[in-house]
This record gives sequence, structure tokens and C-alpha cells, in this order.
Amino acid sequence: MVENRGLNYWLTHVGLSFGVLVLFFPLWLAFVASTVTNSEVIHPPMPLWPGDQFFVNYGRALIEGDSGQTSASVARMLLNTVTVALGIAVGKIVISFTSAFAIVYFRFPARKFFFWIIFLTLMLPVEVRILPTYEVVAGFGMLNTYSGLIFPLIASATATFLFRQFFMTVPDEIVEAARIDGARPMQFFIDILIPISRTNIAALFLIMFIYGWNQYLWPLLMTTDPSMNTIIMGVEQMIGGQDDVTPWPVVMAASMMAMLPPIIVVISMQNLFIRGLTDSDK
Amino acid sequence: MEKRVYFKGWFLPALLITPQLLITAVFFFYPAGTAIWWSLFNPDPFGLSTKFVGFANFDYLFADSYYKESFYTTAIFSSLVTLFSMGIALYLAVLADRLIKGAGIYQTLLIWPYAVAPAIAGILWMFLFDTQTGLISWYLGLLGYDWNHLLNETEAMGLVIVASTWSRVSYNFLFFLAGLQAIPRAIIEAAAIDGARFWRRFWTIIFPLLSPTTFFLVVMNIVYAFFDTFGVIHTITKGGPGQSTTILVYKVYSDGFVGLDLGSSAAQSVILLIIVGLLTILQFKFVEKKVHY
Repeated sequence: MVENRGLNYWLTHVGLSFGVLVLFFPLWLAFVASTVTNSEVIHPPMPLWPGDQFFVNYGRALIEGDSGQTSASVARMLLNTVTVALGIAVGKIVISFTSAFAIVYFRFPARKFFFWIIFLTLMLPVEVRILPTYEVVAGFGMLNTYSGLIFPLIASATATFLFRQFFMTVPDEIVEAARIDGARPMQFFIDILIPISRTNIAALFLIMFIYGWNQYLWPLLMTTDPSMNTIIMGVEQMIGGQDDVTPWPVVMAASMMAMLPPIIVVISMQNLFIRGLTDSDK
Repeated sequence: MEKRVYFKGWFLPALLITPQLLITAVFFFYPAGTAIWWSLFNPDPFGLSTKFVGFANFDYLFADSYYKESFYTTAIFSSLVTLFSMGIALYLAVLADRLIKGAGIYQTLLIWPYAVAPAIAGILWMFLFDTQTGLISWYLGLLGYDWNHLLNETEAMGLVIVASTWSRVSYNFLFFLAGLQAIPRAIIEAAAIDGARFWRRFWTIIFPLLSPTTFFLVVMNIVYAFFDTFGVIHTITKGGPGQSTTILVYKVYSDGFVGLDLGSSAAQSVILLIIVGLLTILQFKFVEKKVHY
């Protein structure tokens, strides 16, 4: 920003473009592989420019998966993934928004205790308690169900923390005015608090949707029934073992369909997403 | 901090807080408690008997050379992933920050890998380095280098580090760019007028002012490398060859779900819980206060 012209200026662009290209390279090759025949992929070097098998491969992945061997169709897995990601995003926002409201705007016995209980869950990912959580979910008969995929992943307080931080910045005068006008708590909640939290809710929704979409370990353990697979773990299931032949073009078509929805969401709602990310993690 | 104005009553807030408390109790505290319980009681996989073993599971773990090796592997893996992904991100962010026009376009072109699941990142890189069909491994073969991450431990580690770094650069880039743009321009211009060249300005002014962001990112990247990279490792190496890429969280999974050694897996979970707990405390202590120079 200080030097703006001359050699440095061009070197800056060259450096950034190089970074962009390196990041982009694996995605490009995955796309190319999803548009050619399997024999073009397995006889290296594979082509660097897309072929004419786009509709064949994507159609096969969407409808058949890996020909019905071990995985469901990509269409089915996308439906599962959308359901789980929406469930996690909506569920987490609803329970944390209401509990943050209770913690900030009321005084009730043991409030501090509840507060700390919820906060103990900050940053402890599901990975460290996978086995016992699996037992709990199995005990409820929730294996291979959407609720089994969703509930353990909304049991954390990151969103509660964010909403609490935000509520603390809301001026007290607004509550006072509402109370003088005779508003009951739930009226304040619905008519004032939700509208002024719109942007925060939307930003958090984006972060949680992508978090839910990209879950891997938990669906891998939970879903033994292929028709309940999510797309991220499903793609891995499509790759053959040591002896099987992997249908690479179909696998790469499935990978592209697993990646593109969250990528499109992040790029098209970039500003909201960055705001959500920097707020929720800091 | 407390609100000065609040509503009265206890029934409504209790009702509002119940869903989160219930879900947290059932799916968080109960499983975490069970992990601690199992780590002390050593259940057999069929649930037929449990006997109290005290800290025997932990003693056994700390004497186990595989577990020590896994600690060592995790240390190498997470420090290299943190170092590379932060280094590359800082470099790109510094470049983008120098532009008056165009920083936004580069931001768009650099942030999308954040949206790619680590497991998919693993598949993309495994595809490039596949021992039979991978494009990069084929070109390496032309150069006379025989790439095989299924047999060579160093290559396996290298590949999971590359894939994990690739999927993390965007996140770090965003935070570094935000941190850089928050530094007052006047300070940097004053140094420029005093004749300080770019790299001198960077090391004496920009880097120190960036330290809160850097510290925050170090903690977040260690947590990422400890847990979120499970997908990368599971898709590329499955912890192998041998145990060479079995990081701690992968060992919890493979001992518990594959080996069905519940006691040991639970003890490992408890150790991980303690490590993350410590990191969280560190994070809150330092990031809340900010790192000052």
C-alpha cells in the first residue's frame, strides 16, 4: 500500500496469483477427472483439459452411486446431507438463542451454574467422546437416523457464547423502553431481540451449515445403512480397496457435488460468512 | 458483566434454557463422564463385566511405545501443519494487504478451500499422488523418483501434511488479512517516511502488532490439526504405513472402534479432553488480555 507501482506492484500480483493457482490445482484436476473416461484416468498421465463425459459421469454418480455396490446414489446422499446440515444449523441456533436470552435477560437461581455448565462444552469436539456418545445414541435406537446424526453435533456452546456476547452490546434502554410500554418478555424476544439479531443469526447459520455439511467421523460411525450416508463420507466409501478398481471419474463427479454447494455458499455470501467466522471464533 | 435491566420470573427462563441443558447433558456430559468412568473401570467389549482398575489404563498407555509414538507423530504433524498453513497464509495476506485495488478479488479466490471438507481435501490429494494413476506421482516417476506413500512413512506424513495445510490456508489467510487491515496506516507510513524498507517495517511494526491474531491462530490451528484432520488421515493413509500417521484422535478411533479396547480408548479420550481443556484455558487467558508488546 505504500509502494504501489513498479516492480514491487507486479511481484505482489505474481505472488498472489501463484498462491491462487496452487490452491486451485487439485480442484481443477478433480473437475477434469470427472469429465473423462475411466481408462483416460488410469493410464497416466491423465489429461489436463476436460473431456466429453460430463453428463455420463455426473448422471451415473447422481443416480447409481458406484453402481449400487457399497454406497447409495449421490442424489440420496445429498438429500441426507442437506437435511443434516440444516438440522444442525437450525437446531443449534434455536437452542442457543433461547438459552442466551434466558442467561442474559433474567435473574434466576443457579443461573451462574447453568452458565458455566454450558460453557464447559466450548471447544471440546465430538471426536474426543465418540465411543460413549455412540453408546448413548445406540441406546436411544437413533443409529441410522437423522436425529442421531444431528443431536450430538449441536451439543456445544459456541453459538450460545456468540449470542451472549451480542446481547451484552444491546443497549439497556431498549429493554427499559419495551418494559415501560408493557411488553412481556416473549414479546420483547420476538418483536425486538430477533429482528436486531438478524445479521448475527444469518452469519452463524452459514458457519453452522458448512460445519454440518462437512462432518465426516460422526456420520461414518453412525450410518451403517448406505441409504443414510452423507455425501462427504459417502465419497470415501465409493473408493475401492486395494483389489477393487476405483471408478475415478464417478468418484470425482461425486466429490465435485460434495464440494460445490458449500463453496458456492461461502463465495456468494462472503461478507456475511467472514463476519460469522471472525465473530464466532474470537 | 451483567445487564442492569432484566425481566422477573424463573419459570420462563428455566423453560428457555431447558432444551440446551438437556441436549448438553445427554450428548455431552453423560458421554464425557462415561469416558472417564470407562478409563478407570476397563469394561470388556461385550459389556458382560467391568472391574475397577484405577489408573492402570493410564499407566499402561504411558508405558506403551505405540502411544508414545502417536504423541510424537501428533507433535510433528500438528506443528508442521500449523507452521506451513500459517506461514503461507501470512505471506499471501501481506501481499493482498499491499494492494489498494484487487484485494477483494484475491480474497474470493483464496477463501473457497475453507468450504471443502478435510475428508474431500484428502481424496483430492490422494488422487494426485495415487501410486498407480496419480498425475504428480507419475511425473515424479519420470524424474526418477519412485513415490509410494503406501509404503514410505516419510512420504505418507508429507502427503497428509500437504493436504491438511491446503485445507487450512484459507482460514488463516482471512484472519491475517483482517488483522493486517486493522493496523493504522499512519504508523506504517510514518515508518516509511523515516526510511524503513518493507521487510524492516514488517518485522519491527507489522508482525508485533499482529501478535494477538497470530497467537489466536496458533491455538486454533493446533486444535484443527489434533481433531479436524481425522478426515484427511482416514482418506489418505488410514494411519499407516505401520503407525506412522496415527495421530492421537486417530488412535482413539482405531483402538476403540476397530480394536474394541474400550478402556484404553476411553483413557486416551480423557487425555485428549485434558489437552484441549488446557488449550482452551490458554486461549481465554491470553486472547482475552491480548498479547501486548
